[in-house]
Amino acid sequence: MTLEEELQSNVSVESSTRNTIGVVLKEHNYLGLSDCSSVGSSNLSGLADDDKATISLKATELTLGLPGSQSPARDTELNLLSSPVKLDEKPFFPLLPSKDEICASSSQKNVASGNKRGFSDTMDKFPDAKSSVYAEKNWMFPEGVANTQAVVKKEVAQNIPKGKLSTTNNSSSPPAAKAQIVGWPPVRSYRKNTLATTCKNSDEVDGKPGSGPLFVKVSMDGAPYLRKVDLRSYSSYGELSAALEKMFTTFTLGQCGSNGATGKNVRNETKLKDLLNGKDYVLTYEDKDGDWMLVGDFSWEIFIGVCKKLKIMKGSDAIGLAAAPAPRAMEKPKMRA
Amino acid sequence: MNYFPDEVIEHVFNFVTSHKDRNSISLVCKSWFKIERYSRQNVFIGNCYSISPERLLGRFPCFKSLTLKGKPHFADFNLVPHGWGGFVQPWIEALARSRVGLEELRLKRMVVTDESLELLSRSFVNFKSLVLVSCEGFSTDGLASIASNCRYLQDLDLQENEIDDHRGQWLSCFPETSTTLVTLNFACLEGETNLVALERLVARSPNLRSLKLNRAVPLDALARLMVCAPQIVELGVGSYEDEQDSESCLKLQAAIKKCTSLRSLSGFLEAAPHCLSAFNPVCHNLTSLNLSYAAEIHGSHLIWLIEHCKKLQRLWILDSIGDKGLEVVASTCKELQELRVFPTDLHGGGNTAVTEDGLVAISAGCPKLHSILYFCQQMTNAALITVAKNCPNFIRFRLCILEPHKPDHVTSQPLDEGFGAIVQACKNLKRLSVSGLLTDQVFLYIGMFATRLEMLSIAFAGDTDKGMLYVLNGCKKMRKLEIRDSPFGDTALLADVNKYGAMRSLWMSSCEVTLGGCKRLAQKAPWLNVEIINENDNNRMEENGYEGRQKVDKLYLYRTVVGTRVDAPPFVWIL
Repeated sequence: MTLEEELQSNVSVESSTRNTIGVVLKEHNYLGLSDCSSVGSSNLSGLADDDKATISLKATELTLGLPGSQSPARDTELNLLSSPVKLDEKPFFPLLPSKDEICASSSQKNVASGNKRGFSDTMDKFPDAKSSVYAEKNWMFPEGVANTQAVVKKEVAQNIPKGKLSTTNNSSSPPAAKAQIVGWPPVRSYRKNTLATTCKNSDEVDGKPGSGPLFVKVSMDGAPYLRKVDLRSYSSYGELSAALEKMFTTFTLGQCGSNGATGKNVRNETKLKDLLNGKDYVLTYEDKDGDWMLVGDFSWEIFIGVCKKLKIMKGSDAIGLAAAPAPRAMEKPKMRA
Repeated sequence: MNYFPDEVIEHVFNFVTSHKDRNSISLVCKSWFKIERYSRQNVFIGNCYSISPERLLGRFPCFKSLTLKGKPHFADFNLVPHGWGGFVQPWIEALARSRVGLEELRLKRMVVTDESLELLSRSFVNFKSLVLVSCEGFSTDGLASIASNCRYLQDLDLQENEIDDHRGQWLSCFPETSTTLVTLNFACLEGETNLVALERLVARSPNLRSLKLNRAVPLDALARLMVCAPQIVELGVGSYEDEQDSESCLKLQAAIKKCTSLRSLSGFLEAAPHCLSAFNPVCHNLTSLNLSYAAEIHGSHLIWLIEHCKKLQRLWILDSIGDKGLEVVASTCKELQELRVFPTDLHGGGNTAVTEDGLVAISAGCPKLHSILYFCQQMTNAALITVAKNCPNFIRFRLCILEPHKPDHVTSQPLDEGFGAIVQACKNLKRLSVSGLLTDQVFLYIGMFATRLEMLSIAFAGDTDKGMLYVLNGCKKMRKLEIRDSPFGDTALLADVNKYGAMRSLWMSSCEVTLGGCKRLAQKAPWLNVEIINENDNNRMEENGYEGRQKVDKLYLYRTVVGTRVDAPPFVWIL
């Protein structure tokens, strides 16, 4: 394969350059502009703290995608974690242009590390599959010296423990960083919920009662399928309500007879709010005893402790639901707006 | 062999039980195909949408046991929206219409309804065994049908399902004449349990080998149950909250002493740590211990217990055991084959957890170890290289570093070399999950060395399409490939479309594949179902006008002989 041949022939070039090139930091935000770069022998540790902070913030803004691409913005949470900082590799091995929109990615050649290199001759096989990107960036690295002593990821990694992933503690994490990635860590929701219940009931757990997510099903009259929400990712009824509105917009828009709008516009959102907050729909929940209650009477903390399921009911169906936790007692029903 | 009458050949075939082997047998000649076809007892269908019940019945008219799997694996982690599919109802309906004498049904990640369970219970006179793993959609009413109508029921095994507990009387639906129970596992039920009915049921089931209770079964009930069932082999403790020297505790200890066949312990969903001492008499015989739900058992109690379990082959625990605890395991459990260490703190908050040291200790101390699932906060290449040297026998190696993109915490390098060492050393590796900071290099190693790899899970890894290409080109035995949040795109996806015919399925979410790429794939490979799962309303993808380059959020493709499925919800677009 020609690629391998090319790679082999350039091994010597690389090994010499590898030793001379210091850390190369190159970063792209989602607009494809590179902001910070330290080419040459500057070390990451030499970066000012300001730069580091800037980098960490910048890093959180990155998405995957070519400059000027139309790739839809991902959730900010995902942005934080999926390859925040990318680095070139081997721009002088351009492959056929691909239609992919992938940023340059970093590669760490652990030359200097003491790791056993049983595959030292294979370590050069870092193909460049994104020629268009690299072609653009070639100018950054004269004479193909683009390679990679990259300790870029190190920088990123240093930032990550500072709280990109953990919740809310770190002042340097941007406000959008709720940092809960969907489906991560890969633990079955059954296990998450069970452990969460166990922890909640235990006296011994300190500091984090119920730290795990708490998924409950949400159904809506007339909607073709259920959704699931993690109650612990909200801290108030307002947040829950907003999230549910977003989730079920599609259905109610349909029912409003909107013209198949492709995006939410303000008008439709307001309409939904009216639907949810007004006369047409109410939010109800099923508690531990199997009774259906109107949402809103308990404090939020108590509510998430007792809520087993959620249902967005038509207002007319909800008449007769007790708002207070009187089991099956049909008091004068309070219709919540 | 052709000198023998068919009955003899069939008799010989009966000793061949593995699905792969039986598939091979059926390819030898027409006569063997026919004999094998009519004598196949157990059918395994890894993807319920790859074939229809009618085709199944056409091929194997006489089977007795059916295993079906529905949703893709990542559905376990909430990546597949509710309502995607995997409904068992059409299968049960079709089987009920036919005259197949179904005796066993094993379902994983499928949607089961009370209606399905009712139909199942009424349609097959000899139905014996129901195993549901990670399923949803049914309630205790469905269980009541099974209990009432399946006269010869032996196994009712519910593992980690989401069941609507109506707190009904399903346990009392077992008729008084029902004495055939061998397995009863309802640990995943959340609600109250009719303890009287349970005790009577256990008392009249002399063949009961496996009993796994839910958290609503308290200590005194457990004591009484153990008295009734000293023959028990597998026990799942529900709740064990009581004073240390209470009467119930003492009764339980006395009863446990008589359970000389007890080999497996699990549960302890609500358990005070001191409870473990009741099981002292049986520890030395235990081969399987699952304390992964016992959040309250840790520290010295846990260590004490493990020190007595010298014959342990399977251990599932929480990471609260710590590296020190794992060292105890390593020095005690020389027969250990499978270890799973689950995270207590799911947000990587840095509680006492296990590190690479624990993993290395285990690898050094347990020579028979072949399956591991290890959640940890940090890892190093050096540790993985050592593990590979110590344990070249891994069949399943799943490492989950809780923080995506985390490098070797000592050298800050990617973990390519570590995983590379694992795949190079472990020639029998069939299943691998990678994590941490990884570049394309690790996939080069995987493609090169993991020749027997059948299932690979990738998350937040890789740099370019080359990574995925290495895997697709190198791992000839790949069956299930699941990728999330990794920069692989259309080039890799489309490089060799025929590969997917040899695989069960491919999952790619939050990657770089575009709608255009998926459409091309679907065109090139009509024998695949290419599903785009887009919770935000698929119509918008076309309307935006950048259709070709619009990124696909979730792609799930699988080979099938029956074409597009008809039960897909609106958010699933099958190309």
